[in-house]
Amino acid sequence: MVETTVPGDAGPPSAPAADTLRLGGVCKSYGVGTPVENEVLHGIDLALRPGEFAALVGPSGGGKSTLLSLMGLLDRPSAGSLHILGEDTGKLNDSQLTRLRGSAIGFVFQYHHLLPAFTALENVMMPILAARGRPDRDMRDTAAALLDQVGLTPWRDHLANNISGGQQQRVAVARALAMQPSLVLADEPTGNLDTKTADGVFDTLRRVNEASHTTFLIVTHDPRLAQRCDRIIDLVDGRIVSDRANVAR
Amino acid sequence: MNPLLPFEWIAAFRFMREGLSQTLLIITGVALGVAVIVFMSALLSGLQSNIIRRTLNSQAPIVVLPPEQLARPLRQGGVAVTVQPRSQKLRSIDQWQKIRADIERMPDVTEVTPVVSGPGFALRGNATKAVTLIGIEPESYLRVIALAEKVIQGDITLTSTDIVIGTELAKDLGAGLGDKLRVSTASGAVETLRVTGIFDFGNKAVNGRNVFVGLRTAQSLLNLVGGVSSLEIKIRDPFAAETIAQAIYAETGLLADSWIKTNAQFFTAIAAQSLSNTVIRFFVGLTAALGIASVLVVSVVQKSKEIGILRAMGTSRGQILRLFLVQGGAMGLAGSMLGSLLGYVFLLVWQGVARNPDGTPLFSIEIPPLLFLAAAVGATLVGILSAVVPARQAARLDPAVAIRG
Ligand SMILES: Nc1ncnc2c1ncn2[C@@H]1O[C@H](COP(=O)(O)OP(=O)(O)O)[C@@H](O)[C@H]1O
Ligand SMILES: [Mg+2]
Repeated sequence: MVETTVPGDAGPPSAPAADTLRLGGVCKSYGVGTPVENEVLHGIDLALRPGEFAALVGPSGGGKSTLLSLMGLLDRPSAGSLHILGEDTGKLNDSQLTRLRGSAIGFVFQYHHLLPAFTALENVMMPILAARGRPDRDMRDTAAALLDQVGLTPWRDHLANNISGGQQQRVAVARALAMQPSLVLADEPTGNLDTKTADGVFDTLRRVNEASHTTFLIVTHDPRLAQRCDRIIDLVDGRIVSDRANVAR
Repeated sequence: MNPLLPFEWIAAFRFMREGLSQTLLIITGVALGVAVIVFMSALLSGLQSNIIRRTLNSQAPIVVLPPEQLARPLRQGGVAVTVQPRSQKLRSIDQWQKIRADIERMPDVTEVTPVVSGPGFALRGNATKAVTLIGIEPESYLRVIALAEKVIQGDITLTSTDIVIGTELAKDLGAGLGDKLRVSTASGAVETLRVTGIFDFGNKAVNGRNVFVGLRTAQSLLNLVGGVSSLEIKIRDPFAAETIAQAIYAETGLLADSWIKTNAQFFTAIAAQSLSNTVIRFFVGLTAALGIASVLVVSVVQKSKEIGILRAMGTSRGQILRLFLVQGGAMGLAGSMLGSLLGYVFLLVWQGVARNPDGTPLFSIEIPPLLFLAAAVGATLVGILSAVVPARQAARLDPAVAIRG
């Protein structure tokens, strides 16, 4: 595969299909039209290539979560463009965004955010269920295989609240992969876990990335884990101050 | 997960199970409301139909009288005779055979029977009782008034020398089946008649006053040979009586009294009861709706993070909306089923408690299956409607904010 883009270069929109994600001059303001209007992202240019495993680091309040919610189509930029798989998301309406989000993007959050009324297996099935409308054998098998991949087969029928924090986070990883997304966005997925458990979850992410060629963007405060990523993007006060390939790896 | 259920239903039921105590509490509340409505409605319609049935058992839906004559004072007993003696002559309906045939041809009329009635006296030994003589043509009369089932001894064949009296008169005169009575009237006519039947209308006044004789016998006793004092009419729908009575008046020019007019007070009371029943239903429904809505509003707040997560994994606004509408509808439906059962039990208990001194039920309560269906549909709709506000609130939730918490 020929690399046509350089990290941090928005590039011309002539060949956007090569990128999983492409941001051009993205700004985000909160409280627009109120006295407390506040721009937290100032013209972000960024592209993620297929199969990339990137870390997003930076001080707290720098806009990492905000950037992830834009990339994950949970919110819209105040300015700038956002392409996902070559599609200009600015041209999509709300339900089209929801559909694209469901099929192309997987989320892992710091606090696992599983649905406590469902078992581990059912939580993993949930994105497929929401997309297809009714449960079927196939989505069950898919979910079971994913749980197996994260080593949780023995806990598949436990309610989400009845397993440990590390296990819950691995269920969340499996769930993020349920729709075979092109891009997984993880916001401090190990921030809430002890070192050993955090390593386990991180290993799982890395393994999935190598096996499936899914693009990962992982927010982390842990320099040790950041050093295990292919690329490290540093976001400070709403600006990318450094974006480099991780040669140490 | 049930493969037959769509995503929204599965999630709705799990959410309700998760907040089980809240869910059960609100279902119980809805159930109590529905039980009250079912109980009250069944009781009320049971009461009404009992009274209506009793009324129509002893009264024809429509009575046609000669012009300008008020029949009611006459039918109310023999007292009138002593007030207005001798000169009082009964009026007949002119050409009643032709008019009977005309009325019988009207589409909603099922039977027309001629009646000759007037005041008289029944005498036996030293006892004398004022009576209302009612001369009838048994075959047609029995199709209008359910007299046959009231006859507890003998029968109602009525040859020209027969008389059928009530239990009360039989007691007063000490007369039994087969005994002879003398019957006289103000015109001076006297007949000796044999008691061939004794009836019980469940009404002391009627049982003591009304006596039934053959049409011809009454005609000669009341000096109305060949004439009739009224035509009594049976119709398909008793509640159409007033319109049919007016149609008869328009066609014949004769006074036609419907039972609805003669029992106007009763129907006014029914209307008032129905109104208060409607008002109570409205407030019970409103209370149930507010209960369901408040539970769901709280649930939306409690679950906002989960809703955000569902949205993040591709659940649409519409799916979230339906998820909460299903919860509202399901709670309403469950409440109504439980409430119908409860209302039914109330009714059975009440039926067991409310009895006549002799142990028979005060009246039979009909429990129309349609009432339960209406309660189920109504409560489900109330549930869905009350879920609209919280459901929209949930669907509008900004997923980014919800997840951030
Ligand atoms: N919904 C919001 N409304 C207003 N301000 C917000 C909102 N979300 C985040 N912010 C502000 O945006 C800035 C960036 O926050 P965030 O994206 O959470 O940073 P990070 O994830 O890097 O800690 C912060 O100053 C925060 O207070
Ligand atoms: Mg953050």
